[in-house]
Amino acid sequence: MSARARDIAADVRAGRRSAVDVLEEHLARIAEREPEINAFNLVLADEARAMAQAVDAAVAAGDDPGPLAGVPVALKDNLCTRGIPTTCSSRILEGWRPPYDATVVERMRAAGAVFVGKTNMDEFAMGSSTENSAFGPTRNPVAPDRVPGGSSGGSAAAVAAGFAPLSLGSDTGGSIRQPAALCGVVGVKPTYGAVSRYGLVAFASSLDQIGPFAADVADAALLHEVIGGHDPRDSTSIPEPAPSLLARLGEGVAGLRVGVLKELCGEGVEGISPDVLARTRAAADALAAAGAVVEEASVPAAVYGLSAYYLIAPAEASSNLARYDGVRFGLRVDAATTGEMNELTRTAGFGAEVKRRIMLGTYALSAGYYDAYYGKALKVRTLIARDFAAAYERFDLLLSPTSPTTAFRLGDKTADPMVMYLNDVCTIPSNLAGHPSMSVPYGTGDDGLPIGVQLLAPAQGEAVMYRAAAVLEGGLS
Amino acid sequence: MLPDMPERISREEVAHVARLARLRLTDDELDAFTHQLGDVLAHAADVEALQLDDVPPMSHPLPLKNVLRPDVVDESVDRAEVLAAAPSAEDGQFRVPPVLGEAP
Repeated sequence: MSARARDIAADVRAGRRSAVDVLEEHLARIAEREPEINAFNLVLADEARAMAQAVDAAVAAGDDPGPLAGVPVALKDNLCTRGIPTTCSSRILEGWRPPYDATVVERMRAAGAVFVGKTNMDEFAMGSSTENSAFGPTRNPVAPDRVPGGSSGGSAAAVAAGFAPLSLGSDTGGSIRQPAALCGVVGVKPTYGAVSRYGLVAFASSLDQIGPFAADVADAALLHEVIGGHDPRDSTSIPEPAPSLLARLGEGVAGLRVGVLKELCGEGVEGISPDVLARTRAAADALAAAGAVVEEASVPAAVYGLSAYYLIAPAEASSNLARYDGVRFGLRVDAATTGEMNELTRTAGFGAEVKRRIMLGTYALSAGYYDAYYGKALKVRTLIARDFAAAYERFDLLLSPTSPTTAFRLGDKTADPMVMYLNDVCTIPSNLAGHPSMSVPYGTGDDGLPIGVQLLAPAQGEAVMYRAAAVLEGGLS
Repeated sequence: MLPDMPERISREEVAHVARLARLRLTDDELDAFTHQLGDVLAHAADVEALQLDDVPPMSHPLPLKNVLRPDVVDESVDRAEVLAAAPSAEDGQFRVPPVLGEAP
């Protein structure tokens, strides 16, 4: 029987399969491989069984549970789930039970989804390997001596291991697309504002977006349609309905203008591996063969993206993470005064990478350095947005690698933070511009590990982006 | 970083930033952060060197304006549920150690 979300939902809605049976198949797979992979901070077996039973009861009563009927879904552990622990893989939130659901959680619940667990991540989504988790690293299901990427490594691994056909992650500088590439699954960062961030624990608010992981493009589109669309509870939510993606998936790319992004495909990308570039060129050829007009594109300011990002994101994080002070939720280390309690709590509760970013952001925002660092980075962001706008006058879509390399070994890049940050070089520009982009599996490298290519589109260009992704996927099978 | 390059950020500055961020660092952490923050700032030298006086800053991808909801009573989060998640609560309020009389 099909493991695809859309087939499961169709079968459950029609009464051909029971949601409980579907769930038990996935829980059995989790029981078998989760001890090795560690994709989850929490497996919600009891809650999931209750949700699956409710879906089956609805079908039996003649009701339609919705487009995700009986589909097991894994949630990144920075998405608030009412009454269910939400940790961000941090000691400082260990045991915290949110008093409300994130909007995406509500929408999936209303669509008939079954939540199988909360997935592991780099602490507060800061990292590219899921090694910065207070609860231990996640391993790549394709090759368990390798990282799954990050920060949404648990969500990518959950789909790659067959623990759930769908999962949700968050992407601030590549945290959905890079792990998708490294685990060989599809991962999408929607347009900024296209998916509500209400109930997503904030890292860098002008960059964060929630998005789907799936084993294939159509399943990602299915989940994207469910979670997208305006939400009055998020003041940055675009006041438009979710885009129609599935209906247009088969429209192909004939006549579309696709630009191969020069700055992310060679010089300027430190440490990019030749097999990743070769697969990107092959993807360009495949789109051309399918009727797209493929040429070289340039977004010159993209070369400054990494530097700008590692000033802007820590600056916003240092402000957002000021709320972890031991007063209202999470960890408290007792002390004689509140000031001392704040300090001891933060010192004990945050891991090294989170402290590093808070420090960097506090410095970049501090008196005397604001203009030189944070202010300059915001201006670079303008340059990047302008250069993208110019490129999209000529092109409908852009193409690049997702990650400079295939999955690396655990421990390989933990010694030097700057080496780890270089993983995000190809994914960061879309976050800075607020544009959608996605990673699509496109073959393997010399080491046999998955390679993903990245499709980039202008704001709210998701439908065209998914069409091209479907063409790439179809060309491989 | 090359040994003859000046540090981008001094150990004293790192200690000051830690105080601003309400973090206590060990001596080893101070050393490591001084080096690592220096590396990131050295990478950011490309941005620092740009002449961008005429370029407006972009703090956000969307043209943001105030977004208001209708002024009607709506369901809110449950107070008891919120307080239950706090490390310490009393009489419907968050309880903290003494605040007054501290050095800033």
